[in-house]
Amino acid sequence: MAHHHDHDHDDHAPIEEGKAPSEFDLLEQAIRELLIEKNVFSADDLRRQVDRIDSVSPADGAKVVAKAWSDPAFKAQLLSDPKTAIEALGYDVGPAPNLVVLENTDGLHHVVVCTLCSCYPRVLLGPPPDWYKSKEYRGRVVIDPRGVLTEFGTQLDAAVEIKVVDSTADMRYLVLPPRPADTEGMSEEQLAALVTRDCMVGVTFPDSPSN
Amino acid sequence: MGGKDFGPVNQRDHVRSEWDNRVDAVLRLMLEGRRFRIDEVRRAIESLTERDYMSFSYYQKWLAAIRILIVEKELLSEDEIDARLDQLRQKAPV
Amino acid sequence: MSNAFKVGQRVLVKDGDPPGHIRTPFFLRGKSGVVETVHGEFRNPEELAYGKEGLPKKPLYLVRFLQVEVWADYRGAPGDTVSADIYEHWLDAE
Repeated sequence: MAHHHDHDHDDHAPIEEGKAPSEFDLLEQAIRELLIEKNVFSADDLRRQVDRIDSVSPADGAKVVAKAWSDPAFKAQLLSDPKTAIEALGYDVGPAPNLVVLENTDGLHHVVVCTLCSCYPRVLLGPPPDWYKSKEYRGRVVIDPRGVLTEFGTQLDAAVEIKVVDSTADMRYLVLPPRPADTEGMSEEQLAALVTRDCMVGVTFPDSPSN
Repeated sequence: MGGKDFGPVNQRDHVRSEWDNRVDAVLRLMLEGRRFRIDEVRRAIESLTERDYMSFSYYQKWLAAIRILIVEKELLSEDEIDARLDQLRQKAPV
Repeated sequence: MSNAFKVGQRVLVKDGDPPGHIRTPFFLRGKSGVVETVHGEFRNPEELAYGKEGLPKKPLYLVRFLQVEVWADYRGAPGDTVSADIYEHWLDAE
């Protein structure tokens, strides 16, 4: 009787101690080793890139938002020429893609998606969360944004225009959420603590100081 | 993808594994080294079968795209990759 | 830059399903919208995806659509909108 070995079911699990590697684990190793052997890149290059991935997080976007809330001139520049504004803070936007900052107000609420893949403003937020890349989010937020926002705990009046922005080209969109009430006199650092990743995508509001 | 209803959004986020980060890093190196364009990577992912596209994880899709493009651009051959996979399978714990 | 369309102009997204790597979402094809932003000119991703140079660059626009005009049974508010970045060769004047 023939045994049918199916290696596919474990392919989503990361490699664990003592566990046989999946085909994906082996493929990554094979490709990485061969590319290094062929001098396409070096092991040091790879290590440096891995470090860079973790070097940007939503805390970076939060600092930019907090500064925009505190400094009207910076906010104006952030909206009109975001690349220059954040390069002045030391971020390297690179040659492309281009950053666009979308201001959420009482009457207009942007929420960002990439229905075609997973484009995301990594330069200020780091890698996107799983839900942003999921077929559930990408499929539904364009057709039922209010339903999706409700799932995130966000309710908006019918008088507010919800604008879903689909990042289909080289623009990367970051939401500038509204400054919460009762935050007068707070420092930029205190304000930044209220700015979550999700409110810079547009699925939630920033935290309020009473939380 | 836009307009399709796959149900509620699972607000999950897993902690990225070292494997995820290595795949991400290899891809960035190939893009920054101008070996691949991001448009080619997207096209390679779109060329996956529907079954693979829907079942592979995010980084598994990227790895599949990397494989397609390095062979397409003759940086490595399928034979070289298969030979190395065989070697690694034989060394792997059972 | 020789952009054909200006901010505030009504445009119609072309219909059709050509083969290859297309960045115009299916749900917007054949729909009517308004130009919000003229982003500038960029290389054509449809050609970059296959290793070509994607030249000459083409104007790229952020186009805004009323949700009730995109989806037959949109359940949100009548003022809700959806916007996407669309290349000039996918647009006609309305």
